[in-house]
Amino acid sequence: MFAALRDWIDERFDWAALTAPLRKKTVPAHDLSYWYFLGGITLFLFGIQVCTGILLLLYYRPSANEAFESVQYIVTRVQFGWLVRSIHSWAANLMIFTAFCHMFSVLFLGAYRKPRELTWITGMLLLFLAMGFGFSGYLLPWNTLAFFATKVGTEITGQVPIMGHALKVFLRGGEDVTGATLTRFFGFHVALLPGLTVLLLLTHLALVQYFGMSVPPAVEARWKASPSEARQIKFFPNFFLRELMAWYIALGVLGALAAILPWELGTKADPFAPAPAGIRPEWYFMFMFQTLKKIPAKVWFADGDVLGILAFGVAGILWLLLPFFEQAGGRRGRRLVLGAGIFALSYILAMTIYAYMAK
Amino acid sequence: MVADPNPQPKPARRRMIEILLGGGLLGSFASFLYPVLRYLVPPPVAELSGDQVIAGKTGELKPNSAKIFRFGNRPGLLIRNSDGSYRALSATCTHLGCIVQYRSDLQEIWCACHNGLYDLNGRNISGPPPRPLEAYEVHLRGDDVVVSRKREA
Repeated sequence: MFAALRDWIDERFDWAALTAPLRKKTVPAHDLSYWYFLGGITLFLFGIQVCTGILLLLYYRPSANEAFESVQYIVTRVQFGWLVRSIHSWAANLMIFTAFCHMFSVLFLGAYRKPRELTWITGMLLLFLAMGFGFSGYLLPWNTLAFFATKVGTEITGQVPIMGHALKVFLRGGEDVTGATLTRFFGFHVALLPGLTVLLLLTHLALVQYFGMSVPPAVEARWKASPSEARQIKFFPNFFLRELMAWYIALGVLGALAAILPWELGTKADPFAPAPAGIRPEWYFMFMFQTLKKIPAKVWFADGDVLGILAFGVAGILWLLLPFFEQAGGRRGRRLVLGAGIFALSYILAMTIYAYMAK
Repeated sequence: MVADPNPQPKPARRRMIEILLGGGLLGSFASFLYPVLRYLVPPPVAELSGDQVIAGKTGELKPNSAKIFRFGNRPGLLIRNSDGSYRALSATCTHLGCIVQYRSDLQEIWCACHNGLYDLNGRNISGPPPRPLEAYEVHLRGDDVVVSRKREA
């Protein structure tokens, strides 16, 4: 059966030429090889999001009057609806988590260095998109927590100087968070962001394919000293099968989390009720949330919040351009980037832990 | 190919055609883009009601309690003090727009989002809020508690 199909393709497209890249591709084998799996796991979880997202679309209704009820319907009446919704929520969180791990592993193992700057940039843009997915998807069940998280999140964009207000109105579809916001966020979540993500993802993967896997500087030095130690394994099937194993484990973890700890729905949003105690955003926004909470109302003469928001914006742009600082910094460049990485990681971890302890 | 050592200056007519073509193209793009940009801006929503609203009935609130009422499109907070008098304020936190609540244990106004505190006059006393809450005037008219915007003096 497979042979017949291959012959059919071979007669038309030259099978050997088509599969040559797959046969030629190798992956460096060393004691840090495990970190290579993270990008693939993130990709796998994105695939899960696409599938479960399409399933949810069969029942979800994007309007302020119906959104909460339709999600309630999915998790109570639709067979295995609770599982599909729970997997969608859990996989979203795991995907952000593995994307963050992937980013830091790339940083600490030096995989962003020349010539892979564009791979880093497309990856960072994908991470921003993933956070956009998280932020827009969070509102869709139209529950109290999401309603206020969206109010705060969009209010923050409103504080950006000059074009902040226009941006806020654009995101909210008006001056306030209403059903119009829900409609817009739904559009972003299921059309705009997926489209952009697919384009960037293909670019990212093509770049990874073009440059091959990066060897960490320490390993590279060791291999240069004694070239006989350098090892590569074939991508197909050797690495691919291992990656599949990692995906299978990820699926197991995901299934267990989704089944044992089903994602809560909460109560329906009421635009005329006080924000409940313990209101907070998703964990990956927590370090920013905690910073904004702790920043004084006035720093010197500026609004503390505006300052905090600007600082995060500037930090984000610098982070995006990180590979170029290494080149500009000459020999101290690598140390600079590593320092920034360690600082960012400790800041994010410390603020996140602080936020959860302090509530 | 070797670069021409004496490049001929472009004839003025060709330059003119380039400008016309390029300008026309840009103009047509702008005419596509403009409606899209305008489309992104939501039309204004009519502000409901004027400067006055019935926030509740006199018997409705016990002393040292509060409720949220609708003041046009925005939420307001009606508080009944321990001595039985009323006061009303905007319920939108001046920090990041969450809806505040009355804390009967503190006799203060609290925003749960970022732990902002206001006193009963709406003054921001701790946490991140940068400005006080807007205070409204309260009148009793028969059984109704009527809230109105303060007149600018």
